[in-house]
Amino acid sequence: MLEVKTIDLHYGAAQALRSVSLAAEPGKVTCVLGRNGVGKTSLLRALVGQHPVSRGSITFDGRDITALKPSERARRGIAYVPQGREIFPLLTVEENLKTGFAPLKREDRSIPDDVFALFPVLNSMLGRRGGDLSGGQQQQLAIGRALVMRPRALLLDEPTEGIQPSIIKDIGRAIAYLRNLGQIATVLVEQYLDFALELGDHFAVMDRGAIVYSCARDTIDEAALKRAMAI
Amino acid sequence: MNDLTAGSMLYLDGVSVSFDGFKALNNLSLTVAPGEMRAIIGPNGAGKTTMMDVVTGKTRPDDGEVYFNGTQDLTALDETQIAELGIGRKFQKPTVFEMHTVEDNILLALKSNRRPRATLFWRPNGEDDRRIDGILQIVRLAPLRERIAGSLSHGQKQWLEIGMLLAQEPKLLLVDEPVAGMTDAETRQTAELLREINRDRTVIVVEHDMTFVRDLGVKVTCLHEGTVIAEGTIDQVSANQRVIEVYLGR
Repeated sequence: MLEVKTIDLHYGAAQALRSVSLAAEPGKVTCVLGRNGVGKTSLLRALVGQHPVSRGSITFDGRDITALKPSERARRGIAYVPQGREIFPLLTVEENLKTGFAPLKREDRSIPDDVFALFPVLNSMLGRRGGDLSGGQQQQLAIGRALVMRPRALLLDEPTEGIQPSIIKDIGRAIAYLRNLGQIATVLVEQYLDFALELGDHFAVMDRGAIVYSCARDTIDEAALKRAMAI
Repeated sequence: MNDLTAGSMLYLDGVSVSFDGFKALNNLSLTVAPGEMRAIIGPNGAGKTTMMDVVTGKTRPDDGEVYFNGTQDLTALDETQIAELGIGRKFQKPTVFEMHTVEDNILLALKSNRRPRATLFWRPNGEDDRRIDGILQIVRLAPLRERIAGSLSHGQKQWLEIGMLLAQEPKLLLVDEPVAGMTDAETRQTAELLREINRDRTVIVVEHDMTFVRDLGVKVTCLHEGTVIAEGTIDQVSANQRVIEVYLGR
């Protein structure tokens, strides 16, 4: 279980998060929705430790990780698929996947079969440079790389942004498969509502750095959720 | 120039810009009247920043017309010439001189003769002082005149930079996401402050913060994929079905 409690985050003097609380459970997908610039990515940056919080706490499996470095959080099993994918363009697909070995013990350093079962295209392109892949393939590679580290929490930042519909379906299937394994707590940041509605167990909508609407799948009020997301 | 451009402060017609085959602006047409304040909204990649880049001469359009003040063809000018015509731009991140006082920041930005001789023999004078006073009143920093800019709050830094822009005496102000990261109170005051500035100058504000856009109470243009999909009051735009779909990612 990954849990944030009343966190604030500042960039210099500018406040990006205001008392945000959120929980992600294993085997569940927690969706964070909202327009651009409302703080979704800042929340993920706080979770992975890319930016310090100025208040509040982050716990993972009951342990406080608020002050831990990103590398240490990765070692504990928090994987991040950033917006814009950030794959290494000059490394091959295989090398990109192997960068996911970094937090693993030597004996665990292998690419799980799941990665190629979910994204067969990666297997057929192992020797290609990451930068030569299409946007959709790069997105699959970025998710594959995250899975290589056997995560127990998977944070995805707008995985459908700028991706063609057929690959969006593949990515949706992959997220559903991982959820159904029951071990991974997924946080899905999205602006594509229909995609989130298909996968989400919990929903939180952000505006101006705060969570303004949240609900579980079975108590969802779609009209209220849409109101919170639209303008 | 033609009849259509006459009487407008900013006139864009059929403007297109591509980067590596990606159409950042796609046949964008937009007119802003003199003395108007316009809010521009739109999801990521809608073309808001590219539009400002075209107006300020940072990016040259592949196609289309861009006129300022009814007569000036902006596509034929470079960034400096456009700035000197009276178009000021405030970027999202505050960029003030942190080590200098509030007053000195404005003083450095004042429109005046900047040629070497004039700069070398410059002396403080009452006229400059009065201009600084006036600007600090507008941006609500008069009591903080002697403060080091680095010690201001985020909102106050943004106001100071807007003040520096005013010191250039622009006819048209482009302001990019001024209230991101501001407190609620600062956000409200920024809407007030921009309305005051708008009494004398034309203003274009790009913002994501809808509470703020509502506070401004001006005509709103919603961009998507490099083109205008809706224009009107915030209530009209937010009720527009296409706008709703776009914000729900469809």
